[in-house]
Amino acid sequence: MTSVLYDVPGPKAKVRARVISWITGLIVLALLAYTGLTLWQKGMWDPTRWDIFNDPLVWAVLLRGLVVVLQSALVATVLALLLGMVFALLRMSSHRAIRIPTTIVLEFFRGMPVLLMMLFILLAFPGVSAFWAVVSALAVYNGAIIGEALRSGVVALPKGQREAGLAIGLRPLQARLLIEFPQAFRTMLPIIVAQIVVLLKDTALGYIVGQVALIREGELLAEFVGRQQYFFSIFLVMLAMYLVINLTISTIARQLAKRRGFTVSKVVADESMSAAT
Amino acid sequence: MVIFDNLPLYLEAFLQTLALLLLTTVLALPLGAVIAAMRISPIGSLRATATVYTEILRNTPLVLVFIFCFVVLPILGVILPFMFSAVLALTLYTAPFFAEAIRSGINGVPVGQAEAARSIGMTFGQTVTLVVLPQAIRSVIPPIINVMIALTKNTSIAGGFFIFELFNSGRRLVNENGDQVILALVGVAAFYLLITIPLGQLADFLERRVVIRR
Repeated sequence: MTSVLYDVPGPKAKVRARVISWITGLIVLALLAYTGLTLWQKGMWDPTRWDIFNDPLVWAVLLRGLVVVLQSALVATVLALLLGMVFALLRMSSHRAIRIPTTIVLEFFRGMPVLLMMLFILLAFPGVSAFWAVVSALAVYNGAIIGEALRSGVVALPKGQREAGLAIGLRPLQARLLIEFPQAFRTMLPIIVAQIVVLLKDTALGYIVGQVALIREGELLAEFVGRQQYFFSIFLVMLAMYLVINLTISTIARQLAKRRGFTVSKVVADESMSAAT
Repeated sequence: MVIFDNLPLYLEAFLQTLALLLLTTVLALPLGAVIAAMRISPIGSLRATATVYTEILRNTPLVLVFIFCFVVLPILGVILPFMFSAVLALTLYTAPFFAEAIRSGINGVPVGQAEAARSIGMTFGQTVTLVVLPQAIRSVIPPIINVMIALTKNTSIAGGFFIFELFNSGRRLVNENGDQVILALVGVAAFYLLITIPLGQLADFLERRVVIRR
């Protein structure tokens, strides 16, 4: 659209754009350098703040936390996919008595914070560990969103798909599961993968309800070795761990979207947007 | 019953959640607009800066952003009031999402509109101010509201960091009323829905209006 708004830039305008680009680029770099320098003056890059990472035990502790994060995310993802299918089925049921309550319950699940759901599960079901409170809240919340995505995927299919299935004698449930869901799942795959990134980020909420995962391990480690001295470097390492994992999955999501020449229908795009935050 | 007995407490927390939501929106929306403008600008270095910022913030858990503002900044010698830190964390995190919403809204204006304006001889300034922006503002509002809904839910994380808002009020009420845990938390959820459901309805309504108008 940019090129529609103004004429194609001539040689002068191009030079000007490049000069401005250089200047602003330098300003940004200068700001970064200033930040780095300030941190250096405070001694944040000092070897005495980073030497703990020579100790394999430190890495063992952080990796143990990371494994818990990945475990929570993996179990929650599997459960969320299953729940998503169940929710989509119930939401599209031909019986009003099933469809309407499901819609209300799903609206409820999506309208409240996952964190509150974690606390709720933790306290309302005595004996549930923090791990399972986190995992099941994530599964229910993301299941509601994945279910909604699946449903709009099914709605977007040509009617003939279901009719053909019914015509060859499949029962309605079979037509859903064997004909419609696989196609809906495939068109919605980029959204579902993007939702998995959201889920992985949200595992960090476990920190607040007392699950011992990466962030909590990092904090405990910092308490042990000296918070004032080491928390900065431990924080940066934890940040890097989250970024590497999430960027990898995000890139996969983008590749998937690109390969399918994918255009998301508006409703669903907004759904994933509100979830993404 | 725990909900009615503690109505003033709920209200206090509810107002704090609203304050977080509104303050963050007021700060993050302009920042998001700047990021969006940077991302569509013809200047390469601005585009790159905005993209890197967006990618980092969108792939970092919000809890980690909160830890940065509440733990790392004080270690670096920057000590801020709790409410200030909470709004800062939420703003840093939410701005890229507002930017995406604004960008998608602007992209929602059909190219033909700008082409038509250009072909009847309007200048760049006229095209933008008279044709594109008036339409973009309308189609930008529903996605912005959707980001606000997500933000409302995200303010709950501030409850884990010393701010007395709805989530935190839930924790306190549960401690004080061990026998009515479920009821106390359902009350908290109801207050959240009091914000998210009307906002959702508003977004749907506006979205339909936009579609009809075109």
